[in-house]
Amino acid sequence: MELVLAICIGLLYAAGIYMILRKSLVKLIIGLTLLGNGVNLLIFLLGRITKGAPPLIPGNLETFGDIYADPVPQALILTAIVISFGLQSFAIVLIKRVYRIVNTDNLDRLGNENEEQA
Amino acid sequence: MTQHIILFPALFQMFLALGMLFYWSRTRIQIVISVIGNILNICLAITLFHTVWTEGTLVLQAGNWEAPFGITFVADTFSATLVLLTSIIGTAVSLFIPATVIRHRLKFGFLPLFHFLLMGVTGVLLTGDIFNLYVWFEIIHISSFVLLALGSERYQLQGAVKYFTLNMLASIIFLTGLAILYGLMGTLNMADLAVKAGEVETDNLLFICAMFFFVGFGIKSAIFPMYFWLPDSYHTPPTAVSAIFSGLLTKVGVYAIIRVFSLVFLGNQFIADLVGVVAIISILSGGAAALLQNNLRKVFAYLIICHIGFLIAGLGIFNEASVSGTVYYMMHDMVVKANLFLIAGLVFRIMGTEDLRELGGLYASHPKISLLIAVTFFSVIGIPPLSGFWPKIGLIRGSLEGGEFFAMGAILFGSFLTLMALARVWSKAFWRPAKPLKRIEGFVYFSDLTTRRKSLILGSIAMLTAVTLYFGFGAEQVQSVAQRIATEIIDKNSYVNAVFGL
Repeated sequence: MELVLAICIGLLYAAGIYMILRKSLVKLIIGLTLLGNGVNLLIFLLGRITKGAPPLIPGNLETFGDIYADPVPQALILTAIVISFGLQSFAIVLIKRVYRIVNTDNLDRLGNENEEQA
Repeated sequence: MTQHIILFPALFQMFLALGMLFYWSRTRIQIVISVIGNILNICLAITLFHTVWTEGTLVLQAGNWEAPFGITFVADTFSATLVLLTSIIGTAVSLFIPATVIRHRLKFGFLPLFHFLLMGVTGVLLTGDIFNLYVWFEIIHISSFVLLALGSERYQLQGAVKYFTLNMLASIIFLTGLAILYGLMGTLNMADLAVKAGEVETDNLLFICAMFFFVGFGIKSAIFPMYFWLPDSYHTPPTAVSAIFSGLLTKVGVYAIIRVFSLVFLGNQFIADLVGVVAIISILSGGAAALLQNNLRKVFAYLIICHIGFLIAGLGIFNEASVSGTVYYMMHDMVVKANLFLIAGLVFRIMGTEDLRELGGLYASHPKISLLIAVTFFSVIGIPPLSGFWPKIGLIRGSLEGGEFFAMGAILFGSFLTLMALARVWSKAFWRPAKPLKRIEGFVYFSDLTTRRKSLILGSIAMLTAVTLYFGFGAEQVQSVAQRIATEIIDKNSYVNAVFGL
């Protein structure tokens, strides 16, 4: 399981970085999304995967007796997913706006040729 | 109960922002709430600072979960001082906003976002949990993205895309480092990390982790070679926004670097060397680039990079003199950089342009305002007895003690480059005879403004200038604060003991 996940994370990172380096704005956002998912899986993996051992202390004990699944990484991932969801939706609105005004999807033509001011 | 005041500055900002949401399109009420709220916030921050100064580091365990298990909020002298400065800068900018930002922008939630941004900054400064740090950073990000893009002008969107991409990438890199850190040590509490970092056997992984954090925070604080988004985006939004960004956001990145590296990673010789080299190149490249720019705000943006280098250099040397220099410089830099951008806004209001090729004759037409501006320029350069001079003594003494002669040379040369850049601005915009400028139709010039608006603009600049003057003439008091912060940063046991209640 760990190996599969590790390969998966590697692929997500690689694909994300590849997409960020492309010229298109849409691909840039897709790349950032892929990287974000890669990070979430990485937190999950590095929090150690423990199967079928919920973090519950049996009624007759005071402390954990055995190995248990760590709930913290899952809480972290949940938070990170919500945050990246918000950022991604903002990003999509932003690129839509950029496309409307600059009229190009090409990052190279986005430039900042003008020095005009607000 | 006293420890609850840690959260008040952040919570108060949140309530202000939420309160404003009820007056979405009634901007006048929002402005009143913003100004009064920010002034009250200064009082809260002073209370916090006073309590921390007299009683030592305050710690709040959220929900009463004991230290390594729950989220901890820590206010040591460093955090409390920066929270106080944040509230002062916030107040100055909130005075500047109603006079310069157009109604149309204010109607789209400009002020609530501004307060959410301040809440995020305060939160970053006060948290003692590394994942919580990430969450506060995201609050800063989302509000700064919107503040930057609000208005949807062409050049604004161009800047916003760069700012957005790089900052989101920085967050992802930071989160990657955080994941590895959690996998290594199984804790997120910064004090606990500081204890456990000494016990980690696989030094290499810790080192990789440090690099992730350095790159992640480095992008946010705009150090070499990760600063290119900053000069491309900081000159695009209204000047009030640039001022708050330049005064707070990059400094918050530096704060995070100082906090995390001093607690967890420093001690490794390679990291210290890397930080030193990056600092030197930031100083030189930022200072040199500032000489070449023709846009006033771009000159100032490159100066930010140059001076971030000073801060990082002090951290790289890491002895008591250099860290106290860094802290002092950071306090000075926050105020002065925010003020520089407010000045850029004032110059733009007076002349209708920010292009150094077109500006001129300001000294002849507005001698009193020019003198006010000159005080800030001299402080940035560091002419004694103004505020930029004193921290450099600490930095230079620290680099002499640490034997870092390259860093010392870079700091001296960086000051010289700053002098050149500002002298260029001064001679072009203020001293040379005015050039005939075309009057822009529909543009509200400074002379057309009502007296109330004029006094708001000048008042905000004068307020920050007064703080700068205090940093210069009250150097002994400020130095004693910086000295105490430096001792606290270097001796991480005091932080750890406070968090665990030992």
